[in-house]
Amino acid sequence: MTYGTKTAVDGLSLSVEAGSITAVLGPNGAGKTTTLETCEGYRKPQSGTVRVLGLDPVAQRRELLPRIGVMLQGQGAWSGARAMEMLRHIARLHADPLPVEPLAERLGLHECGRTPYRRLSGGQQQRLGLAMAIVGRPEIVFVDEPTAGMDPAARRTTWELLGELRESGVTVVLTTHYLEEAEQLADQVHIIDHGQLITSGSPEELTRGSSATVRLVVDQELPAEAEAALRTSVDHWSKEYGVGVRSMSFGSRTLEDVFLELTGKGIGHE
Amino acid sequence: MSDASTRLDTSLRDATALDLTPHPGGAPFFRQVLAQASMEARLMLRNGEQLLLAVVIPVLILVGGVTAGEHLDLKLTDPRPLVDIFTPGVIALAVMSTSFTSLAIATGFERRYGVIKRLGASPLPRSGLLLGKILALLAVQLVQIIVIGAVGQALGWTPRAGAIGAFLAVGLGTAAFAALGLLVAGTLRAEATLAAANLIYLLLMAGGAVVLPISAYGSFGDVARWLPSGALGEAMRSAFLDADIAWRDLGVLAVWAVVGTVLTARTFKWE
Repeated sequence: MTYGTKTAVDGLSLSVEAGSITAVLGPNGAGKTTTLETCEGYRKPQSGTVRVLGLDPVAQRRELLPRIGVMLQGQGAWSGARAMEMLRHIARLHADPLPVEPLAERLGLHECGRTPYRRLSGGQQQRLGLAMAIVGRPEIVFVDEPTAGMDPAARRTTWELLGELRESGVTVVLTTHYLEEAEQLADQVHIIDHGQLITSGSPEELTRGSSATVRLVVDQELPAEAEAALRTSVDHWSKEYGVGVRSMSFGSRTLEDVFLELTGKGIGHE
Repeated sequence: MSDASTRLDTSLRDATALDLTPHPGGAPFFRQVLAQASMEARLMLRNGEQLLLAVVIPVLILVGGVTAGEHLDLKLTDPRPLVDIFTPGVIALAVMSTSFTSLAIATGFERRYGVIKRLGASPLPRSGLLLGKILALLAVQLVQIIVIGAVGQALGWTPRAGAIGAFLAVGLGTAAFAALGLLVAGTLRAEATLAAANLIYLLLMAGGAVVLPISAYGSFGDVARWLPSGALGEAMRSAFLDADIAWRDLGVLAVWAVVGTVLTARTFKWE
């Protein structure tokens, strides 16, 4: 997938298991949205194939669209439309939509139901976007940065809802640059950067240490001199036994560690 | 967690339990179109600026034109009462304001705010979106015609029955101006669309033979009658003044509609 001379997604090959949550994790500009929009049929790949529910998202778009739910990254509503009015409108386009009142209540939208879209907070707009994505009872939902701009409580609610979708047999594909989100939610994580797949696996697989990982858990915070002494001891040990120390971390190994190792940069910092 | 709190938790969950089991599918096409049309019509009638353009300005022009004309003893080539000449012209103006200016501005901002993109991921096909828009325009225009007609009657308007001519004029006028409105909205940025749609509206209102008959424009009238505004104005006046069907003017509108549609289909960008 190229824009002009810049290649956004290149040689990316990944598959998603039905009824699971898949997270596409990567820093800003990694090609997450491009990947998602290619699945949604907004973009036609210059080469390669994309199949969603066995359908070509571009050539068989009309057949595919009623079966998928899409949450865009921001916007997607008339600025003058009220929150509930907008949700009801999207519901009416579907044959057997979810009941809108309980859905809105679930996502905390009932309290801003009569507020025009332009006056909703960023988090409320996100929640409305999620509601619009699932109101048609889709088989697959594609959610682009679902919790960006949400407060912790709303993020929790969103995670619970995405979890319930999976339990109900809905396939969820989400992009995120929050490591915690991928770690908490996803069955399968694909880390991409510069439009290329870096690694895939379950959060457990990705964070499981290899035989070269040594963990030392201490019972207190380390003062600076103790930390320095530890590093010196490890240095001696490493020289004595000829073992190269690639990295040393103070804290538990997280997805972020994996990410840092593999991309050499932090998420969200470019 | 104690049993009591677990139960409470479960019951709270049940209260808002949602059956999320997939059951996808689009609503029947006509229901989608009606939903889209009613949503768009509501948004248009709720928007203050759009309402100003749709109702307030035409009514002011009608009342102002007739009162000032009578006061100043304005003489048009046509000797019939001014209100009989102005009212069909103002109805034509109203059709132009909604089908061209309001549609262009609304669509420009729909592109800007990702509404068209969002709807593009819904079961609503593009044909349904377009049909919904046209139905919404016709609904708003019906409201406009009722209001303008009532004001005209209050000023002493006596329309000659010309239903078929009027229907054709509204239909073809809507088609021509909507195609041109979408042409502007689909190629320019939202702000540029706002400016261009208002400017073209003002120019056509002043010099496009929509409210005043082409006979009032002297030799420029020969040019104005080939403009969509002049053709719509003349077709509307023929219908309501003479109970006539102005085939030539309707033909001009049809040509504009075809040209506009072809150009729009080639240039419109959905995002």
